[in-house]
Amino acid sequence: MMKIDHFKPTTIYTIYIASTPETVWEALTSAAFSRKYFFGLAIEAELKVGGAFIVRTPEGTVHISGEVIECTPPRKLTITWNVNWPALVEKLGQTLVTYEIEPAGDAVRLTMTEAHDRPICDDILSGGRQGWPAILSSLKSLLETGESLAVKMEPPRLMLEALKKLGIETP
Amino acid sequence: MPKPEFIYVTYIETTPEKLWQALTDGDFTERYWFGVRLRSDWKPGSTFEMVRTDGSVSDAGKVVECDPPRRLAYTFVNLSEKFKDDLPALATFVIEPYGKLVKLTLTHEGFADGSKFFQGISKGWPAILSGLKSLLETGQPLEIPYAALKFEEK
Repeated sequence: MMKIDHFKPTTIYTIYIASTPETVWEALTSAAFSRKYFFGLAIEAELKVGGAFIVRTPEGTVHISGEVIECTPPRKLTITWNVNWPALVEKLGQTLVTYEIEPAGDAVRLTMTEAHDRPICDDILSGGRQGWPAILSSLKSLLETGESLAVKMEPPRLMLEALKKLGIETP
Repeated sequence: MPKPEFIYVTYIETTPEKLWQALTDGDFTERYWFGVRLRSDWKPGSTFEMVRTDGSVSDAGKVVECDPPRRLAYTFVNLSEKFKDDLPALATFVIEPYGKLVKLTLTHEGFADGSKFFQGISKGWPAILSGLKSLLETGQPLEIPYAALKFEEK
Protein backbone atom coordinates (compact mmCIF):
# COMPACT_ATOMS: atom_id res chain seq x y z
CA MET A 1 0.00 0.00 0.00
CA MET A 2 1.15 3.50 -0.81
CA LYS A 3 2.69 5.42 2.09
CA ILE A 4 0.98 8.74 2.70
CA ASP A 5 2.64 9.99 5.91
CA HIS A 6 4.73 12.55 4.03
CA PHE A 7 1.74 14.24 2.36
CA LYS A 8 0.93 17.67 3.81
CA PRO A 9 -2.55 19.28 3.69
CA THR A 10 -2.75 22.31 1.38
CA THR A 11 -6.50 22.88 1.18
CA ILE A 12 -9.19 21.93 3.70
CA TYR A 13 -12.91 22.54 3.15
CA THR A 14 -15.57 21.67 5.71
CA ILE A 15 -19.29 21.73 5.04
CA TYR A 16 -22.31 20.60 7.08
CA ILE A 17 -25.12 18.83 5.26
CA ALA A 18 -28.62 17.82 6.40
CA SER A 19 -28.19 14.18 5.40
CA THR A 20 -26.87 10.85 6.65
CA PRO A 21 -23.26 9.60 6.50
CA GLU A 22 -24.41 6.78 4.19
CA THR A 23 -26.00 9.15 1.68
CA VAL A 24 -23.01 11.51 1.71
CA TRP A 25 -20.72 8.51 1.15
CA GLU A 26 -22.79 7.37 -1.80
CA ALA A 27 -22.85 10.88 -3.27
CA LEU A 28 -19.04 11.02 -3.10
CA THR A 29 -18.53 7.63 -4.74
CA SER A 30 -21.22 7.16 -7.38
CA ALA A 31 -21.61 8.48 -10.93
CA ALA A 32 -25.40 8.83 -10.64
CA PHE A 33 -24.86 11.51 -7.97
CA SER A 34 -21.60 13.03 -9.19
CA ARG A 35 -22.92 13.81 -12.68
CA LYS A 36 -25.43 16.12 -11.00
CA TYR A 37 -23.12 18.13 -8.72
CA PHE A 38 -19.59 17.70 -10.14
CA PHE A 39 -19.68 19.60 -13.45
CA GLY A 40 -21.27 16.58 -15.16
CA LEU A 41 -18.28 14.34 -14.34
CA ALA A 42 -18.81 10.66 -13.51
CA ILE A 43 -17.04 9.10 -10.51
CA GLU A 44 -16.23 5.38 -10.75
CA ALA A 45 -14.78 4.04 -7.52
CA GLU A 46 -13.77 0.47 -6.80
CA LEU A 47 -14.37 0.71 -3.07
CA LYS A 48 -11.53 -1.36 -1.61
CA VAL A 49 -7.93 -0.55 -0.76
CA GLY A 50 -5.95 -0.67 -3.99
CA GLY A 51 -9.11 -0.28 -6.10
CA ALA A 52 -9.29 2.13 -9.01
CA PHE A 53 -10.71 5.63 -8.66
CA ILE A 54 -11.68 7.24 -11.98
CA VAL A 55 -13.44 10.47 -12.92
CA ARG A 56 -14.74 10.59 -16.51
CA THR A 57 -15.89 13.53 -18.59
CA PRO A 58 -19.43 13.43 -20.05
CA GLU A 59 -17.75 12.25 -23.30
CA GLY A 60 -16.25 9.26 -21.48
CA THR A 61 -12.56 10.22 -21.39
CA VAL A 62 -10.63 9.75 -18.18
CA HIS A 63 -10.13 13.17 -16.52
CA ILE A 64 -8.83 12.04 -13.13
CA SER A 65 -7.32 8.69 -12.26
CA GLY A 66 -6.28 7.40 -8.88
CA GLU A 67 -6.24 4.60 -6.38
CA VAL A 68 -8.20 3.94 -3.21
CA ILE A 69 -5.76 4.25 -0.27
CA GLU A 70 -8.14 4.06 2.72
CA CYS A 71 -11.75 2.94 2.58
CA THR A 72 -13.94 2.90 5.72
CA PRO A 73 -17.54 3.38 4.65
CA PRO A 74 -19.31 5.60 5.57
CA ARG A 75 -16.61 7.44 7.56
CA LYS A 76 -13.38 7.93 5.62
CA LEU A 77 -12.18 7.65 2.05
CA THR A 78 -8.65 8.49 0.93
CA ILE A 79 -7.78 8.39 -2.75
CA THR A 80 -5.06 9.59 -5.07
CA TRP A 81 -6.52 12.18 -7.41
CA ASN A 82 -4.36 12.73 -10.46
CA VAL A 83 -5.64 14.98 -13.23
CA ASN A 84 -4.84 13.31 -16.52
CA TRP A 85 -2.70 16.06 -18.05
CA PRO A 86 0.61 14.99 -19.60
CA ALA A 87 3.61 15.29 -17.21
CA LEU A 88 1.45 16.50 -14.30
CA VAL A 89 2.28 13.67 -11.90
CA GLU A 90 5.92 13.62 -13.02
CA LYS A 91 6.32 17.35 -12.25
CA LEU A 92 4.01 17.81 -9.23
CA GLY A 93 3.77 14.35 -7.66
CA GLN A 94 0.50 12.73 -6.76
CA THR A 95 -2.44 14.58 -5.25
CA LEU A 96 -4.13 12.99 -2.25
CA VAL A 97 -7.77 13.65 -1.37
CA THR A 98 -9.36 12.56 1.91
CA TYR A 99 -13.05 12.77 2.76
CA GLU A 100 -14.03 12.46 6.41
CA ILE A 101 -17.71 12.08 7.22
CA GLU A 102 -18.89 12.58 10.82
CA PRO A 103 -22.33 12.81 12.36
CA ALA A 104 -23.02 16.27 13.87
CA GLY A 105 -26.43 16.20 15.50
CA ASP A 106 -29.03 15.69 12.78
CA ALA A 107 -26.50 16.83 10.18
CA VAL A 108 -23.25 15.48 8.78
CA ARG A 109 -19.87 17.20 8.78
CA LEU A 110 -17.94 16.53 5.56
CA THR A 111 -14.27 17.54 5.56
CA MET A 112 -12.26 17.41 2.35
CA THR A 113 -8.49 17.59 2.64
CA GLU A 114 -6.25 17.97 -0.40
CA ALA A 115 -2.62 17.05 0.30
CA HIS A 116 0.66 16.94 -1.60
CA ASP A 117 4.04 15.32 -0.97
CA ARG A 118 6.07 18.43 -1.92
CA PRO A 119 5.61 22.21 -1.86
CA ILE A 120 3.15 23.35 -4.55
CA CYS A 121 2.76 27.05 -5.42
CA ASP A 122 -0.46 28.90 -4.61
CA ASP A 123 -1.17 29.53 -8.31
CA ILE A 124 -1.40 25.80 -8.97
CA LEU A 125 -3.35 25.18 -5.75
CA SER A 126 -5.87 27.82 -6.87
CA GLY A 127 -7.48 25.16 -9.09
CA GLY A 128 -8.62 23.09 -6.12
CA ARG A 129 -9.29 26.13 -3.96
CA GLN A 130 -11.68 27.43 -6.63
CA GLY A 131 -13.23 24.07 -7.45
CA TRP A 132 -13.88 22.38 -4.09
CA PRO A 133 -16.23 25.06 -2.64
CA ALA A 134 -18.32 24.96 -5.84
CA ILE A 135 -18.44 21.16 -6.00
CA LEU A 136 -19.26 20.66 -2.34
CA SER A 137 -21.76 23.58 -2.20
CA SER A 138 -23.56 21.90 -5.10
CA LEU A 139 -23.43 18.48 -3.40
CA LYS A 140 -25.00 19.99 -0.28
CA SER A 141 -27.79 21.63 -2.29
CA LEU A 142 -28.45 18.36 -4.14
CA LEU A 143 -28.81 16.34 -0.94
CA GLU A 144 -30.90 18.98 0.85
CA THR A 145 -33.17 20.25 -1.93
CA GLY A 146 -32.99 17.55 -4.63
CA GLU A 147 -31.46 20.10 -7.03
CA SER A 148 -27.75 20.73 -7.55
CA LEU A 149 -26.38 24.21 -8.29
CA ALA A 150 -25.70 25.37 -11.83
CA VAL A 151 -22.13 26.49 -11.12
CA LYS A 152 -20.21 27.11 -14.32
CA MET A 153 -16.50 27.80 -14.04
CA GLU A 154 -13.30 27.65 -16.06
CA PRO A 155 -9.95 26.59 -14.62
CA PRO A 156 -8.22 29.63 -13.06
CA ARG A 157 -5.93 31.48 -15.47
CA LEU A 158 -3.12 31.66 -12.87
CA MET A 159 -3.16 27.86 -12.54
CA LEU A 160 -3.06 27.26 -16.29
CA GLU A 161 -0.15 29.70 -16.68
CA ALA A 162 1.79 28.13 -13.81
CA LEU A 163 1.27 24.63 -15.23
CA LYS A 164 2.35 25.76 -18.69
CA LYS A 165 5.57 27.21 -17.26
CA LEU A 166 6.37 23.79 -15.79
CA GLY A 167 5.80 22.14 -19.16
CA ILE A 168 2.50 20.53 -18.17
CA GLU A 169 0.03 20.43 -21.06
CA THR A 170 -3.56 21.41 -20.35
CA PRO A 171 -6.52 21.23 -22.75
CA MET B 1 5.33 31.75 9.03
CA PRO B 2 2.48 33.46 7.18
CA LYS B 3 -0.15 35.13 9.39
CA PRO B 4 -3.18 32.92 9.97
CA GLU B 5 -6.07 33.77 7.67
CA PHE B 6 -9.35 31.94 7.20
CA ILE B 7 -11.06 31.98 3.81
CA TYR B 8 -14.40 30.33 3.10
CA VAL B 9 -16.34 30.37 -0.15
CA THR B 10 -19.82 29.02 -0.71
CA TYR B 11 -22.40 29.25 -3.49
CA ILE B 12 -26.03 29.81 -2.54
CA GLU B 13 -29.26 29.71 -4.55
CA THR B 14 -30.57 33.10 -3.42
CA THR B 15 -30.29 36.82 -4.23
CA PRO B 16 -27.62 39.27 -2.98
CA GLU B 17 -30.37 41.20 -1.14
CA LYS B 18 -31.63 38.13 0.75
CA LEU B 19 -28.10 37.08 1.63
CA TRP B 20 -27.37 40.61 2.87
CA GLN B 21 -30.42 40.49 5.11
CA ALA B 22 -29.40 37.05 6.38
CA LEU B 23 -25.97 38.43 7.36
CA THR B 24 -27.17 41.62 9.06
CA ASP B 25 -30.66 41.07 10.54
CA GLY B 26 -30.59 39.79 14.12
CA ASP B 27 -33.96 38.04 13.74
CA PHE B 28 -32.47 36.10 10.84
CA THR B 29 -29.02 35.34 12.33
CA GLU B 30 -30.66 33.95 15.48
CA ARG B 31 -32.07 31.10 13.36
CA TYR B 32 -28.79 29.77 11.95
CA TRP B 33 -25.98 31.25 14.12
CA PHE B 34 -26.39 29.04 17.20
CA GLY B 35 -29.00 31.45 18.55
CA VAL B 36 -26.74 34.50 18.25
CA ARG B 37 -28.32 37.84 17.28
CA LEU B 38 -26.01 40.33 15.59
CA ARG B 39 -26.57 43.85 16.94
CA SER B 40 -25.34 46.97 15.13
CA ASP B 41 -26.63 49.98 13.21
CA TRP B 42 -24.14 48.91 10.51
CA LYS B 43 -22.55 52.32 10.12
CA PRO B 44 -18.75 52.29 9.70
CA GLY B 45 -17.20 52.96 13.11
CA SER B 46 -20.30 51.76 15.00
CA THR B 47 -20.27 49.01 17.60
CA PHE B 48 -20.84 45.42 16.47
CA GLU B 49 -22.00 42.80 18.99
CA MET B 50 -23.02 39.17 19.08
CA VAL B 51 -25.84 38.73 21.59
CA ARG B 52 -26.69 35.36 23.13
CA THR B 53 -30.27 34.25 23.80
CA ASP B 54 -29.90 35.30 27.49
CA GLY B 55 -29.02 38.85 26.39
CA SER B 56 -25.30 38.67 27.23
CA VAL B 57 -22.71 39.75 24.67
CA SER B 58 -20.31 36.99 23.58
CA ASP B 59 -18.23 38.86 21.00
CA ALA B 60 -17.74 42.52 20.16
CA GLY B 61 -15.97 44.81 17.71
CA LYS B 62 -16.62 47.58 15.19
CA VAL B 63 -18.19 47.93 11.76
CA VAL B 64 -15.50 48.75 9.20
CA GLU B 65 -17.35 48.67 5.88
CA CYS B 66 -21.00 48.48 4.86
CA ASP B 67 -21.96 48.55 1.18
CA PRO B 68 -25.27 46.68 0.76
CA PRO B 69 -25.70 44.20 -0.83
CA ARG B 70 -22.04 43.76 -1.80
CA ARG B 71 -19.51 44.16 0.99
CA LEU B 72 -19.69 43.97 4.76
CA ALA B 73 -16.69 44.08 7.07
CA TYR B 74 -16.42 44.13 10.84
CA THR B 75 -13.88 43.34 13.51
CA PHE B 76 -14.69 41.23 16.53
CA VAL B 77 -13.18 39.11 19.24
CA ASN B 78 -14.71 36.77 21.80
CA LEU B 79 -14.86 38.45 25.21
CA SER B 80 -14.25 35.35 27.34
CA GLU B 81 -11.12 34.92 29.47
CA LYS B 82 -9.86 32.18 27.15
CA PHE B 83 -9.22 34.73 24.40
CA LYS B 84 -7.78 37.52 26.58
CA ASP B 85 -4.55 37.54 24.54
CA ASP B 86 -6.45 37.92 21.27
CA LEU B 87 -7.20 41.13 19.38
CA PRO B 88 -10.28 41.89 17.27
CA ALA B 89 -9.74 40.38 13.81
CA LEU B 90 -11.33 41.60 10.58
CA ALA B 91 -14.08 39.56 8.89
CA THR B 92 -14.96 40.69 5.36
CA PHE B 93 -17.96 39.29 3.47
CA VAL B 94 -18.06 39.75 -0.30
CA ILE B 95 -21.36 38.97 -2.07
CA GLU B 96 -21.24 38.49 -5.84
CA PRO B 97 -23.96 37.43 -8.29
CA TYR B 98 -22.81 34.22 -10.03
CA GLY B 99 -25.18 33.26 -12.84
CA LYS B 100 -28.45 32.48 -11.06
CA LEU B 101 -26.54 31.95 -7.81
CA VAL B 102 -24.71 34.09 -5.30
CA LYS B 103 -21.07 33.55 -4.39
CA LEU B 104 -20.21 34.40 -0.79
CA THR B 105 -16.55 34.85 0.15
CA LEU B 106 -15.57 35.34 3.78
CA THR B 107 -12.01 36.37 4.63
CA HIS B 108 -11.11 36.55 8.31
CA GLU B 109 -7.66 38.01 8.99
CA GLY B 110 -5.50 40.09 11.32
CA PHE B 111 -5.17 37.57 14.16
CA ALA B 112 -2.55 37.87 16.88
CA ASP B 113 0.42 35.47 16.66
CA GLY B 114 -0.49 32.09 18.12
CA SER B 115 -4.14 33.14 18.21
CA LYS B 116 -6.51 30.77 20.01
CA PHE B 117 -9.43 32.71 18.56
CA PHE B 118 -8.29 31.74 15.06
CA GLN B 119 -8.70 28.04 15.93
CA GLY B 120 -12.19 28.74 17.23
CA ILE B 121 -13.44 30.68 14.21
CA SER B 122 -11.96 28.07 11.84
CA LYS B 123 -14.36 25.52 13.34
CA GLY B 124 -17.27 27.92 13.76
CA TRP B 125 -17.58 29.51 10.31
CA PRO B 126 -18.17 26.33 8.25
CA ALA B 127 -21.06 25.38 10.56
CA ILE B 128 -22.55 28.90 10.60
CA LEU B 129 -22.28 29.41 6.84
CA SER B 130 -23.56 25.89 6.09
CA GLY B 131 -26.59 26.65 8.27
CA LEU B 132 -27.08 29.97 6.48
CA LYS B 133 -27.03 28.24 3.08
CA SER B 134 -29.52 25.61 4.24
CA LEU B 135 -31.87 28.22 5.67
CA LEU B 136 -31.86 30.32 2.48
CA GLU B 137 -32.28 27.31 0.17
CA THR B 138 -34.67 25.11 2.15
CA GLY B 139 -36.27 27.40 4.73
CA GLN B 140 -34.79 25.23 7.48
CA PRO B 141 -31.52 25.82 9.36
CA LEU B 142 -29.27 22.87 10.29
CA GLU B 143 -29.64 21.26 13.68
CA ILE B 144 -25.98 21.12 14.72
CA PRO B 145 -25.35 20.83 18.46
CA TYR B 146 -22.68 23.28 19.59
CA ALA B 147 -20.68 20.41 21.12
CA ALA B 148 -20.42 18.71 17.71
CA LEU B 149 -18.06 21.48 16.56
CA LYS B 150 -15.33 20.02 18.83
CA PHE B 151 -13.87 23.41 19.78
CA GLU B 152 -11.58 21.76 22.32
CA GLU B 153 -9.84 19.49 19.80
CA LYS B 154 -6.90 20.70 17.73
